[in-house]
This record gives sequence, structure tokens and C-alpha cells, in this order.
Amino acid sequence: MFTELNSILNTTPDSFTQGDFILLSDRQSDASFLIHHFLSLYLRARCKVWFLGLVQSFNHYSAISQRLGVSLTQAKEKGQLVFLEGLNESLSVLIPREADTGSEAMGFLRDPAVGLKSLYEFVRTSATSSGGGEPEPEEWGPPVLLVDDLSVLLSLGASVGAVLDFSHYCRATVCSQLQGNVVMLARCDGEEEEEDGDDGGSERLLRGLTHQCSLTLHVQGLPTGYCRDIHGQVEVCWRRRRGDGRCTQKKLFQYKVHDKGASFFAPGTSSAVL
Amino acid sequence: MAAPVSTVGKPSTERSPFNTTSFQKKTRTKLISIPGTRPSVQNGQLLVSTGVTSLDYLLGGGLAVGTVLLIEEDRYDSYSRMILKYFLAEGVVCRHELFVAAAQDNPDDILQVGEEPRLSCEPQDSLDAMKIAWRYQNLPKVQSALASSSRFGHYYDVSKTMEPEIRQAAKCHCFYLPEHPTHTMLESYSALLKSLQEVINREGFDVTKSRNILRIGLHSLGSALWGDDLSCHDNPRNGHALTTFLYGLRALLRSSLSVAVVTVPSHLIQDRALMGSITRLCDNAIALESFKGSERETNPLYKDYHGLLHVRQVPHLNCLASKLPDHKDLAFKLKRKQFTIEVSCPQPSVTNINKATLTNIFALSETF
Repeated sequence: MFTELNSILNTTPDSFTQGDFILLSDRQSDASFLIHHFLSLYLRARCKVWFLGLVQSFNHYSAISQRLGVSLTQAKEKGQLVFLEGLNESLSVLIPREADTGSEAMGFLRDPAVGLKSLYEFVRTSATSSGGGEPEPEEWGPPVLLVDDLSVLLSLGASVGAVLDFSHYCRATVCSQLQGNVVMLARCDGEEEEEDGDDGGSERLLRGLTHQCSLTLHVQGLPTGYCRDIHGQVEVCWRRRRGDGRCTQKKLFQYKVHDKGASFFAPGTSSAVL
Repeated sequence: MAAPVSTVGKPSTERSPFNTTSFQKKTRTKLISIPGTRPSVQNGQLLVSTGVTSLDYLLGGGLAVGTVLLIEEDRYDSYSRMILKYFLAEGVVCRHELFVAAAQDNPDDILQVGEEPRLSCEPQDSLDAMKIAWRYQNLPKVQSALASSSRFGHYYDVSKTMEPEIRQAAKCHCFYLPEHPTHTMLESYSALLKSLQEVINREGFDVTKSRNILRIGLHSLGSALWGDDLSCHDNPRNGHALTTFLYGLRALLRSSLSVAVVTVPSHLIQDRALMGSITRLCDNAIALESFKGSERETNPLYKDYHGLLHVRQVPHLNCLASKLPDHKDLAFKLKRKQFTIEVSCPQPSVTNINKATLTNIFALSETF
């Protein structure tokens, strides 16, 4: 949990808006440090968290969360965190053996043209099963779904339409139905001006997701080039739907990532410069 | 742990007794001590050497176990192949197990013409018997807490080939694609993945019970010889075959004590977005650009070097911040005894700038 980012977004573990769809995106940069911020924020806020960790192992997230003051193993044991380790589950699908009893969440790898229905089923069954049934020993807050990250689904063969459908269904279930939050990370590579007629799949995905979300944090490198003390810039964009029109508010910050967190500051006010 | 190895080829090396007392420090070491590895000073990860000491420095001390290094090949695949050979030769010298896969050449050929490890220290001659400090007779000559850092990685002489005894002592698994006939293009990658998993399970490289590292070298993935049309067409039919394989490779590596070096002919792949997703699925990524056949070969600025090296990606495993390289313009040169990577345009030092250096700098800038 980065305290400066909390004050920028006006969120604390005790008070945050519900029903939000937050999109983290980056262009030729790495926005995964923001996922760790939201993970530790919602775990501290005593929410029920579903984390689809598709790109890294559980130990990676656990080690970083430890430095941010949250223990993932404890949260998993208490039932607060449901973690899908994509790498582990995918091996049983990619290299099929006879006696396999893994969950079918990554089943789309067998035939990516089918779509991401199996992944959505995993989210839906674990979300709704905790609602009904026997009451849990501890009362958790509103549900939160975190996905790291969506662009790897494109690399594994899913089409842009399938990924957009998946995000839409997740938003309908978690945000509207259960009044929870959804945080998704989407990564992009090319320059914004390039318009690849045939592909640009990650661009289309980003544009489609930006329409659906209520808050975007877009991470980019500095336009002036590489700098050791300032790792890049974050553009925060609130897209609230209020009554008749939409009001969008944008703010730009520069950031530096260090061992136990990240610091955000207004452009030009880095401690290395002042 | 790392005693200076003066005899590499002999199968049984006698370890000189370290302790002169019977006191044994009781340590509950969580780190497994495997020869040829050392923990990183930044985040405690286990590192292995790539065989090129300057590349180790660039990667933050070495290649972390469980990660993939992607090398974007230079135009004629000469220097990337050389780095792959350094990597495998280092594995032979450190007694790690090897897995080599290639579609173009027989993997045995890649290993056969290796390098001869050359030691950087003089061999231990017989010491005169100590008369006063005889208690310390049996201790090695240089003993410091950072001894392991000075003995990490070896130097190789590329003009000679490795002695067959050393080469036979290393256990090597080969995957030569023509020996595994497949019907469709996608199956070549899944056959490779399956073979990798079999080796890992059979030889026991799972994290819980292993005592050795598996070094995986995959040559020229994505080229047409693997049945892939990534480098032939602008819109490949199955563009996600290689990326799915890299995802499965990452899954295998994260759950075992192995490390992989993959070379990809990126100069043939036209789709930049696809190259970007390939890079993101690997942890480390460097690109080599050799001067052979280009006009830079005769450029006086680059006369000492054989090519440029670009760092595309550094990993940040188990930590938020990654160690970014200080300089962005790096060049490499391959000499008989060393592969060095240097900063190609060093900044002039401002402190002792005088008239002579100023005229030199201006003379250099006038040539462009």
C-alpha cells in the first residue's frame, strides 16, 4: 500500500468507493507495482479478494506483499484470499497426463478459440459460493477481483473479443451484482500513433477496457528519456458517470519505485532535482 | 564454499581441510549450497553465472535460477551462438546438467566445439613448510569472506575445444527436432515442453529434492526450422505457438531448479507487438547487433568493438524495484580469451578536463 497513492486517489483501507472498475495500463513500461498496491490495500481493508495471478508464481507476490506488510499465506489460510496460480494450473493443461485433477480454470489453453468461459466460471463459482452456503467464521468486506494481467491472455491465443467479454462478465458479476471492485492490468507495447490495421490487439483491448472502467492509471516512461531517479509517469483519470453527463478528471504524476514502495510526486519535484 | 579449483579435469578433487579446530558453527542455512551458484546480494536469490563475466555484471550478478534469458540474435547468429556456448560450457565446468535443443544443428555439435576453461589464478605450487605459523599450513592461500565472488564464473579460451574428459563428465540431454517428427507446427513446441518436463521429473530437479541445477539452452526458437511461420509471414497463422511455449517454460522453471537461455531471430520477426509479448514472457532480455556487413564496421568510433548490445528487459522477481543498468549504450567485443561488454561512449570526465582532451573530443566529433 503506497500512502501517497492513497492520498492521490482519496482511498484508505477504511473508506473506498464500491462498484469501481479500475484499469491499470502501461505502455513500454511496467505497471505491475500498482497491482501490489491494490492487493495490499484491499487485504488491509478486510475485503474478500480473488487474485488471478497469471504471470508470476505465488512466491513472487507473497515476497513483495511481505515487504508491504501483508502476509498472503495467512490471508489464504484464513480464507480471505483466493489465489489462482496460472502458471501451475497451465502445466497440467499444456502437458496432459492421465490422472489429472486440476481445476479447469486454465482450460482455454487447449483451444483458445473457444473463449475464456472456463476462467469466468472459476470466478463466478468462487464468488457466489461464498455468498450462500454456510456462514463463514469471519465476516469479510465487499469482494474484490484482481487480474494480473489481461494481455498475457492475448499472448496465449485468446481473441480481443473474448478478453473483452470476460472483463464485461466479471464487471457485471462483481461490480454490479455483488457491489465489489475489479482491478485489471493490461499492457501495451507499441507507440500510440501506430495503427496496425490487422493487429494492434492490445491497443483495441486497451481502448475497449478504458470505456468500461471508472478509474484508469496509465504508466509510461518519461517523454524526455531514461532517468535513473524518476522511473516514469502515471496519468490518473477519473471517469465518473454522474447523472446526465460524464465528468473526466486527469492528473499527471511522476513516480519512483523503491524497495518497500513507490513515491509519487508532481512533475518536476523529484527529490533528485530539488 | 568456493575453494579455488586448480584441477578441473580430475574427477575427485581433494578438499583441503579448512578448519583447524573441531568447533562447528551451528547454522540453519535455508539456502541450498550447490556448486556454481551464489546468493544475490540484492535480494537473496540464487544466481548462476552465464559464462561471460561482464554479462553477469550487467544482469545484476548473474542469472537467477528459475528465470529465462532471451537473446535476440544478431544477423548471422554468430555472437548469440557464442554466448549460448559460454553458458553451456560454464555448466560443464560447474558440473551442472545440461539440456540443449536445436532444430538446425545437432545439439552435440553445439557442445562439441566448446571452449577450454582457463583459470585466472596460478596453480598452487608446493609451499615451503611453515615454521612458525604451522597451524595455518593447510588453509588456502587467499581466504576472505567474499572469496566466492571472486571465483564466480570462469574464463574460456575460444580457440581451443574442451577436453573430451571434461565434456563426458557432464550429463547432457539433447533434443534434436528432426528426431522428433511431428505432424503439425504446434506440436514441435509442445513436444519440446513435454521432453523438458520429463527430464525435470526424471532427474529430480524439483525444488524440494534437488541438489543440482539444470541449464537449458534453446537455440533459435521462432525460426522456420521449428515449423513456425513467425519469421516468414507478416500475419502468422498461429502467432501464439511460441508465446504459449514460453508461458509453459516459465511455469516449468519457476517450479524447479533450472535456468534457461533462449535465442530468437528477432531480426526476422516483423511484428513488433509480437516481439514485445515474447520479451515480456521472458525475464531477462538482451539484443545483439553485430557490425558485420554494415557500414558501422568501418566507423572509427566502433573500431574496437564487434557489435552493440541492448538491454531490453531486466527482471524484478520477488522485489518491487529492479536494478536498471547505468548506461544504455553498450558494445561488446569477442577476443580469444574473453567476451567483454563495455560502455561504448564513455562520458568525458569533467574533473580533469584540460586542453588536450578538449581538442581530442572536438576532433572526434568532427568525423561525424
